[in-house]
Amino acid sequence: MAEEAGMFVVPQTVGTVLCCKCGIPMAPNAANMCVKCLRSEVDITEGLQKHVIIMHCPECNSYLQPPRTWIRAQLESKELLTFCVKRLKNLNKHVSHRRTFFYLEQLILKHGAAASAIKIKQMEQGIDFFFSNRSHGVKFVEFIGKVAPMKSRNDKQLVSHDIKSNNYNYKYTFSVEICPICREDLICLPLKVAASLGNLGPLVICTKVTNSIALLDPLTLRISYLDADQYWRLPFKSLLTSRQLVEYIVLDVEKISSEVNVGGSKYVLADAQVARVSDFGKNDTIFNIRTHLGHLLNPGDYALGYDLYGANSNDIEIEKHKGLVIPEAILIRKSYEEKRQKKRGKPRAWKLKSLDMEVDDKNRTDQEKINSEYEQFLKDLEENPELRFNISLYRNKDYQPSEMTSVADGDDVPSIPLDELLADLDLSEAEAEDEDDEMRE
Amino acid sequence: MANRIQFENSCDVGVFSKLTNAYCLVAIGGSESFYSAFEAELADVIPVVKTSIAGTRIIGRLCAGNKNGLLLPHNTTDQELQHLRNSLPDQVVVQRIDERLSALGNCIACNDHVALTHTDLDKETEEMIADVLGVEVFRQTIAGNILVGSYCAFSNKGALVHPHTSVEDMNELATLLQVPVSAGTVNRGSEVIGAGLTVNDWTAFCGSDTTATELNVIETAFQLKPAQPSAIVDEMRKSLIDSYV
Repeated sequence: MAEEAGMFVVPQTVGTVLCCKCGIPMAPNAANMCVKCLRSEVDITEGLQKHVIIMHCPECNSYLQPPRTWIRAQLESKELLTFCVKRLKNLNKHVSHRRTFFYLEQLILKHGAAASAIKIKQMEQGIDFFFSNRSHGVKFVEFIGKVAPMKSRNDKQLVSHDIKSNNYNYKYTFSVEICPICREDLICLPLKVAASLGNLGPLVICTKVTNSIALLDPLTLRISYLDADQYWRLPFKSLLTSRQLVEYIVLDVEKISSEVNVGGSKYVLADAQVARVSDFGKNDTIFNIRTHLGHLLNPGDYALGYDLYGANSNDIEIEKHKGLVIPEAILIRKSYEEKRQKKRGKPRAWKLKSLDMEVDDKNRTDQEKINSEYEQFLKDLEENPELRFNISLYRNKDYQPSEMTSVADGDDVPSIPLDELLADLDLSEAEAEDEDDEMRE
Repeated sequence: MANRIQFENSCDVGVFSKLTNAYCLVAIGGSESFYSAFEAELADVIPVVKTSIAGTRIIGRLCAGNKNGLLLPHNTTDQELQHLRNSLPDQVVVQRIDERLSALGNCIACNDHVALTHTDLDKETEEMIADVLGVEVFRQTIAGNILVGSYCAFSNKGALVHPHTSVEDMNELATLLQVPVSAGTVNRGSEVIGAGLTVNDWTAFCGSDTTATELNVIETAFQLKPAQPSAIVDEMRKSLIDSYV
């Protein structure tokens, strides 16, 4: 900028420093280590699956696709490559976060849908429910179908039979797959889906997941609903999920539409000038973007959004849209992190019940991740009245409101009004009363 | 020679000590090994003084000094000031100054002749630095960082600056300081030179994470290497030729 104004600017030549490990001269970087040394210290593929065992039949030259399909493929052929890549990618197929999952757990609890379950077991990437009766199982599957977009299939297996009395005992298995799209995910719609929704998007935000998925185009404020049938006919995945949200600071907001009521929520289209918080004060990278959050954002606010400028997405769908201009950032919601920091560590005035689940041994390791996701879910509930409409919240007995908090920071951070909470049914009190009665007698 | 030491499992030795050509301050620690490392190296030459500043152990970041004087932040207690006046040599002026930015060690980098300072220091502070430390004062940044004390270290023999410093900036600094300037790192790639390294004209102490390469850079930059054979020959030849002529 100074150069354009005709000012004299000292040229900046990047010097060289010695790599701190091996001592070869190199351009300075963040770790001050040369690429080779860095590579020997850090493994970026850590935690990824790097090899699988593939069963191969040398007689007929075919490969086992678990559980029991054999695929015939020539060495170095395209089929073999796709087969191998699929086997490796298997891990990635399921959602890495479990927003819909936690929400579903609360719904199940509220409606007592799993009351007849005899055992609930948390498995890797899912929960197993055991019922003593087939009809209970069917009822449960029906319930899930009403509250989440899902796909199910059932199988039965003969356990025993008695020819003389014509009795057959079957074990029925229902497999339910819930759509991996969660609230706040950014989706790049496949060409066909976008066309069938009247050329929506194709970059859309998922605003709600019930038995249908609500998709909002943040640039035009159009909203479309996709029900389970439509979704599973042409399933798609999220481009970016809420784990990849980046914090932005809002520098300027200019509203360009009046308040619009779309699908029960209010939005205002606005042009905003934002900068990544991580860049703030370090460089002058500023993005001019359009956002649907014009009614919430003011200059100086923090907002969470997807960093499409820095994201390295290898989505096939996005490449199919020819001439698609990808915005540099898409804001998803206002961030209350700054204000919340004051409250950190303090208990909430409410709590949720949780399903009494047995945990598979393999799952215990990532407990920390689950906890942080659960915390995120609780924050979501606080920020979204609509989301807690179907959920029972209980008064937290351990919580003692202090004078200080109610005076100092009661206004801005979203919290849940006390009248929405239910008192927890406490058996011990009831028993105490019983005892009192007995004593009177 | 440069030494690798640790202060209670922390490699930021420049935070917990202040080394000059006339005295050395070390923080009061739980273990005596940090103090004794300094004592072993310096005891015959200069006083090594254990002290706290403003009740804290981060003395290297709070004070600034050279062989002429020592500047202390406004929150230094009277006892600490008295203790330092008693312990340091008489020719060293110990002065407490009223400066809003109290981490003087981060804001001021100096040797016995020149000081680089934070751009926002008061005019009075600048005068005080010039008077007490007997130096020329330049308001400077190091690779765009205003905390000059954190991102560079220099003695009367040489200077080590933040690795991102451009060649032009290094030339400018070399002109100001009148010593050779080199860019480098300490503590296995750390850019905060001032925190990881404390140096005077004949010795240096750096964090124990410092690699051999970094140690080599430091010793070269501050000319701490014991004379090499070729250097001795050069010296001898010079004196011989001088006597012949």
